[in-house]
Amino acid sequence: MRKLLVYLKDYKKETVLAPLFKMLEASFELFVPLVVAAIIDEGIAGQDRFFILQRCGILILLGLIGLVCSVTAQYYAARAAVGFTGQVRRALFKHIQSLSYTEIDTIGTSTMITRMTSDMNQVQNGLNLTLRLFLRSPFVVFGAMIMAFQIDVKCALIFLVTIPILSVVVFGIMLISIPLYRKVQQRLDGVLGIARENLIGVRVLRAFCKEDEEKERFWKKNEELTGLQKYVGRISALLNPLTYVIINLAILILIHTGAVQVELGILAQGQVVALYNYMSQILVELIKLANLIISMTRAAACARRIQSVFEIRSSMPDTGTEEPGPLMGVSAATEPEPAAAVPAVEFCHVNLRYADGGEDALSDIDFSVMPGETVGIIGGTGSGKSSLVNLIPRFYDATGGSVRIYGHDVKDYPVKSLRELVGVVPQKAALFHGSIRENLQWGKKDASDDEIMEAVRTAQAEEVVLGKEGGLDYEIEQGGRNLSGGQKQRLTIARALVKKPGILILDDSSSALDFATDAALRAAVRELSGQMTVFIVSQRASSILHADKILVLDDGKVAGMGTSEELLQSCQVYREIYETQFRKEAANR
Amino acid sequence: MKNRKIRKGTLGKVMHYLKKYWFLMALSVLFAGVTVAMTLYIPILVGRAVDLIAGSGAVDFVGIIRILKEGCAIILATAVLQWLMNMINNKITYQVIRDVRNEAFDKLQSLPLSYLDRHPSGEVVSRMIADVDQFADGLLMGFTQFFTGAATILGTLVFMLTINVWITLLVVVLTPLSLFVAKFIATHTYDMFRLQSETRAEQTGLIDEMIGNQKVVQAFAMEDRIQDKFDEIDRRLEKCSLKAIFYSSLTNPGTRFVNNVVYACVALTGALAAIGGAISVGGLATFLSYANQYTKPFNDISSVVTELQNSLACASRVFELIEEPSQIPDAPDAVEFKDAYGAVELEHVSFSYTKDKPLIEDLNLSVKPGQRIAIVGPTGCGKTTLINLLMRFYDVDGGGIRMDGTDIRRMTRKSLRSAYGMVLQDTWLKSGTIRENILMGRPDATEEEMIRAAKEAHADSFIRRLPGGYDTVIQEDGGSLSQGQKQLLCISRVMLCLPPVLILDEATSSIDTRTEIRIQKAFQRMMEGRTSFVVAHRLSTIRESDVILVMKDGHIIEQGNHEELLGRNGFYAKLYNSQNL
Repeated sequence: MRKLLVYLKDYKKETVLAPLFKMLEASFELFVPLVVAAIIDEGIAGQDRFFILQRCGILILLGLIGLVCSVTAQYYAARAAVGFTGQVRRALFKHIQSLSYTEIDTIGTSTMITRMTSDMNQVQNGLNLTLRLFLRSPFVVFGAMIMAFQIDVKCALIFLVTIPILSVVVFGIMLISIPLYRKVQQRLDGVLGIARENLIGVRVLRAFCKEDEEKERFWKKNEELTGLQKYVGRISALLNPLTYVIINLAILILIHTGAVQVELGILAQGQVVALYNYMSQILVELIKLANLIISMTRAAACARRIQSVFEIRSSMPDTGTEEPGPLMGVSAATEPEPAAAVPAVEFCHVNLRYADGGEDALSDIDFSVMPGETVGIIGGTGSGKSSLVNLIPRFYDATGGSVRIYGHDVKDYPVKSLRELVGVVPQKAALFHGSIRENLQWGKKDASDDEIMEAVRTAQAEEVVLGKEGGLDYEIEQGGRNLSGGQKQRLTIARALVKKPGILILDDSSSALDFATDAALRAAVRELSGQMTVFIVSQRASSILHADKILVLDDGKVAGMGTSEELLQSCQVYREIYETQFRKEAANR
Repeated sequence: MKNRKIRKGTLGKVMHYLKKYWFLMALSVLFAGVTVAMTLYIPILVGRAVDLIAGSGAVDFVGIIRILKEGCAIILATAVLQWLMNMINNKITYQVIRDVRNEAFDKLQSLPLSYLDRHPSGEVVSRMIADVDQFADGLLMGFTQFFTGAATILGTLVFMLTINVWITLLVVVLTPLSLFVAKFIATHTYDMFRLQSETRAEQTGLIDEMIGNQKVVQAFAMEDRIQDKFDEIDRRLEKCSLKAIFYSSLTNPGTRFVNNVVYACVALTGALAAIGGAISVGGLATFLSYANQYTKPFNDISSVVTELQNSLACASRVFELIEEPSQIPDAPDAVEFKDAYGAVELEHVSFSYTKDKPLIEDLNLSVKPGQRIAIVGPTGCGKTTLINLLMRFYDVDGGGIRMDGTDIRRMTRKSLRSAYGMVLQDTWLKSGTIRENILMGRPDATEEEMIRAAKEAHADSFIRRLPGGYDTVIQEDGGSLSQGQKQLLCISRVMLCLPPVLILDEATSSIDTRTEIRIQKAFQRMMEGRTSFVVAHRLSTIRESDVILVMKDGHIIEQGNHEELLGRNGFYAKLYNSQNL
């Protein structure tokens, strides 16, 4: 949690001034019982009406100064709390974005969303309250005690005993409830998870008529949450009654001691009233403090959860300094080519094992691809096709061997430049809320409409764009819900093409396209300027048939490599795939 | 004015949820009353005791001891009642919140898909979770402080009247000032809170979208640009939050100042009255203590009001969701549809997502039981829409769909949908074990049946290789499973329940050819005697179909079997030949 406090540094002034002004306000409040004691002991006893009037004027003045201080404090507290949370939120968002695929897999999406939203709100509220009250309340408590000592030492001793007892009770209850509040949050996460899942999987759930079952599941989880909330509530519910008992018993003892002191002539009646007032103030402030501590513990729990996300470091250090040369992009196609001998992509005995997986997803992958070549990757489900291409833009780091791009290890490039060099079309077509243009400009920030439309045409998405009202201005909804699967796929391909990458990876990204579109797409990609190195991951033999080089993967290993003709001769796995797909076609013809 | 109306409406709805706890609420109010009365009695006792301490040599110890004993008993009783009251309030709050959350979730299950397709899931989740949470906080505060606050005000009034009428009147006349201040601030901050709530929802939507697709964001090195967008929203949120928080936080200082003025006035009049002998010094002490206590509940209530402000704004968003019209309920005389033969007829069906853009018009199709229908056509031609209609995720705008001669709107949705087995293009698995996922369609299936289904879908072998076998827990998005593996699980799911009509939406698109061949065989077996709609991309599948529907722009432009369509040399022929490009 301490590390989060760094974000307060821009609000140093506010974080100091807010409690300071609150303390000022409190100190003016502490004078009130003294003024009242004077009214009783001098004004009433001396029958001095003018004195009373004057003192009451002082009371109002104290209130006025208190008001000004307090408003100032509220302002600074709100500013610091809101500003701090904003900074943390932006930093956390940035941090989450910097995490590599491995960490994203482990943390899970819904957890990250909770951290970004409800946890942040709790922290904001907690900090705001803390700044306003955390100094004020103890200040009033100890201030009252000090004032009591000024009046009478013997009576003040009662304060000295009462305050620690109260503190023990207050903090004891807190200590018990803190871990419980953490658990409440966890259960809330669970409830959130079900809600999210039901929104995303609504079609399947309804197709299987799972509505009632899901309701029951939710009710159960919700009931568990409620049960725990009530349990924690029961413990917190002890706080006010217990403190009430302690403080009021202390008042009774105070009255008795006060009576003795008055009898002895040490104290005056008004001073006993002042002591009583101080004790009452302690109660009010301690209750405030207690409630504050509840909010604080909640906020602290949230802050710790946020902190723990900050502590997850990307397992992929971005320390590379090698900037990709100009010739690596497609733009270099027309230039003479001195580096032709350097392979665009080279895998040297690469192994990959995922953080949570027991076995290697890839083992001893070794091949190289020259610029401008097209590579087809084919293989069974779970054979490691996606894992292999994911290593090229360094979504994961190889656990053995090295992946080299244009002669340099991928780790030698800054991650950002590397990814600008590689265009990826993932399996799952994801588009975002915004216009089609905005979505396609993901590939290149300042892409002109001409550039965009060129990519769109190559991706066979022209009719998609033209068919939509407003063309490139057509608003895509969150998650691309207002587009069909095939439309989304073509737009995601166009998105990757807009940046004219040196290396293009199509990770089984034409699965929702019909044959005609798929074939036209491949033909168009092939026609693109010759320097682009293309990886096509596919289930269809026809999609990779014409590749310069075909990699056949089986169970994470390379089962064969070569052109289709070569593989038909040498690779049994390939032959099997090829024949099952084409023999049938032939037989039916 | 309008806001107040909304608020009032929301409050009424909250009351509706509270109704069933009327007994506990009554008890809570009763305890609050008693607790407050006893709490207020303590200053009177203290005042009396102070009067017994007039000065040196004038202290009545016997009287004081008697008062102290009485005080002890009252204090203990107060504490016990206060504790019980807290418990009751906890119970009511958390249970109401649970009810609201359950109801919101129940609503989710009956909302039409058109609503869910239109609203970002992050926004809906934010309503169900964050807003409800915020609402809970407000409600709990409302309970614990509103009742006691109100009771304290009343009680103090009564006790003060017994001591001195004039000073009491002074207090009563002045304190409304503090109410006025509180109310003024509350009405002026409601809109700020609402704006804050809305901006927050917008931000949650972005967070949901971007973090959910983090991998794509990174693949395009879009982190910086997304960050800019996020920062922009965040700065706006910061601004409106600051406003909402600061202005609402003025309530306390404002009312406290008013209280201080009241206190000073009481001290003045009380002291002057004491000189005149109309009131004792102890009485003045009691009065001052009351002046404090009388105004404090106004503080409490006003802070409760601001909190309620916020929480009502949240509640209204939750209720908006809960009150969203449900899908048209099953007709009261809806048939429980059983043992379908699988004859499906579409007659003059028309449908569109938005009224001004017709999508499907005058669609006619008659499918005999056991027939296999291949739907082909360029992407975006309306294939998914057809499935939405068949399964009644959406209702047709015109015409009708009949299953075995009965209009599907005349049968229960459940029975209609159980007649279908569906494998969608977007594979979706539920978080839970593999077993739970496969058993989704038939929770009562035996272990053998489940394994057989998995084997038929060629999922058994990879499932066995997972760390926990069938008991492996998978996360909501399938986590480490590959797209193909997820699809195999979805197929196993349908394989197990074998409904009479199948809808396969590009079902095997992510599965390698070798596996697919085997699945195709299993499908063949499964499809025997079953009507099936296949959104197909593979010509082999298409060729073996009884009817091929060639769709384009929402219309069925050609209809017939493979040979017929080739002979027609139209759009289908063009599609078919393009495979050999």
